[in-house]
Amino acid sequence: MIEIKNLSKSFGKNLVWENVSFNISDGETLAIIGKSGCGKSVLLKHLNALLYPDQGEVVIDGHKLFELSYAELRKIRQKFGILFQGGALFDSINTFENVAFPLRYFTDLDEPEIRKKVEKALEMVNLVGSGDKPTSALSGGMRKRVGLARAIILEPEYVLYDEPTSGLDPQTSEEINDLIVYMSEHLEITSIVITHDMHSVLQIAEKVAFLDQKKLSWYGTVEEMRSSKDSSLLDFIKASEFQI
Amino acid sequence: MEAIRQLGQYATLLYHALRSILEFSTYRKNLFQEFVKIGYESIPIIMLTGVFTGAVLTLQTAYQLDTDIYPASIVGSIVGQSIIIELAAVIGALVLAGKVGARISTELGTMRVSEQIDALESMGFNSVTFLVVPRVLSGILMFPVLYVVAAVMGISGGLLAGTLDGILPAAEFMQGAREFFFPEDVVFGVVKSFVFGFVITSISSFKGYYASGGAEGVGNATTQATVLSCIYVLLSDFMLAALLL
Repeated sequence: MIEIKNLSKSFGKNLVWENVSFNISDGETLAIIGKSGCGKSVLLKHLNALLYPDQGEVVIDGHKLFELSYAELRKIRQKFGILFQGGALFDSINTFENVAFPLRYFTDLDEPEIRKKVEKALEMVNLVGSGDKPTSALSGGMRKRVGLARAIILEPEYVLYDEPTSGLDPQTSEEINDLIVYMSEHLEITSIVITHDMHSVLQIAEKVAFLDQKKLSWYGTVEEMRSSKDSSLLDFIKASEFQI
Repeated sequence: MEAIRQLGQYATLLYHALRSILEFSTYRKNLFQEFVKIGYESIPIIMLTGVFTGAVLTLQTAYQLDTDIYPASIVGSIVGQSIIIELAAVIGALVLAGKVGARISTELGTMRVSEQIDALESMGFNSVTFLVVPRVLSGILMFPVLYVVAAVMGISGGLLAGTLDGILPAAEFMQGAREFFFPEDVVFGVVKSFVFGFVITSISSFKGYYASGGAEGVGNATTQATVLSCIYVLLSDFMLAALLL
């Protein structure tokens, strides 16, 4: 379980958001939505201590994230997989090695076992036969799918998705959304998805957190969102030209 | 204020690097890759620099000295000792600040702005151990090797220029070089190249590791890394000369 308690963050004099609090239960899929620049990715990076807040805390399975030693933090981080916005693939190695990377360093698997696992992960993201390609030869959608394969290769408890469908064509977006749903349902992964794609939100999320005006403006289930009268949330949904 | 903040950040990075130096299995593969990139791949430019430095020094020394008063072998003495004590290490380091330093800061800077370093950290890697330690360690270990290459090529270049230009025969050049050859000068050159290797790779790693702001940020980090490396090579050269000579 992830508990976010009174989190506030500024960069210099610029307040990003303050007093953000909500919980994410095990197996749940939460979508964090909001306008560009409202600090969604910043919030996501706090869940893995890639950024530290000015105040507040994040508790992962009972561990206060920002009070852990670096060695303890590294252990907690291994519970997570992150799909970064641009994929964040290592460009000095090919697609196969990118996906195999965590296996080589964090498991004692031998080469045939690593190959089997990587091929299975690539198959899951519809990239069979792309293992030999250099990452520079991959399209934006392919990079995200490779990033996703790498994020889930160690079967993490939590997967954080930073704009998984932004910049993708509708069909690829649909495939990514299906994958997120599949992993939540079949692998029982807790998912936190940053997005402003309302179609994705309705397809994958059970709960929604809406960041606006430098705070957590609205939080609830998708069903509650459908009937919400919150004006800023409704404005955001309306601006996304999506009818719910 | 900003300079003090950066100095603190640099010291913290080095502290983390030093603390994780025993995690050899994490950076072993990268270390050997860096040996190749910093050491092996720098040999051609270092050879070229060494040869031309030695050749030009010979021609200029002969031009400035009146060999009717001094024996011609003095050219070999001056060139040999200048190369060993100063030029092989310093000129080599300035060239490597451009070649090695710029590569390191660009590589790490690009990894930073494209979130590759975040990806490493998020997997539970210590990115400093994985990325910074092998680069700095490789610089410390490879620069002395490159110094020896530069020194040998510098003396060879001097000998060649002296012979081809008819300034003095090869035997006389070598006689002069041998007369003023002191092993402690080589030790001094090796110590300097150790320090220069550390200065260049640590500053470049620092600038790249903390780069921000996209392509422009990486460009700025690389420029700063190269300029600062050159400045600190010259400063540390002066300090080592004052301390050790």
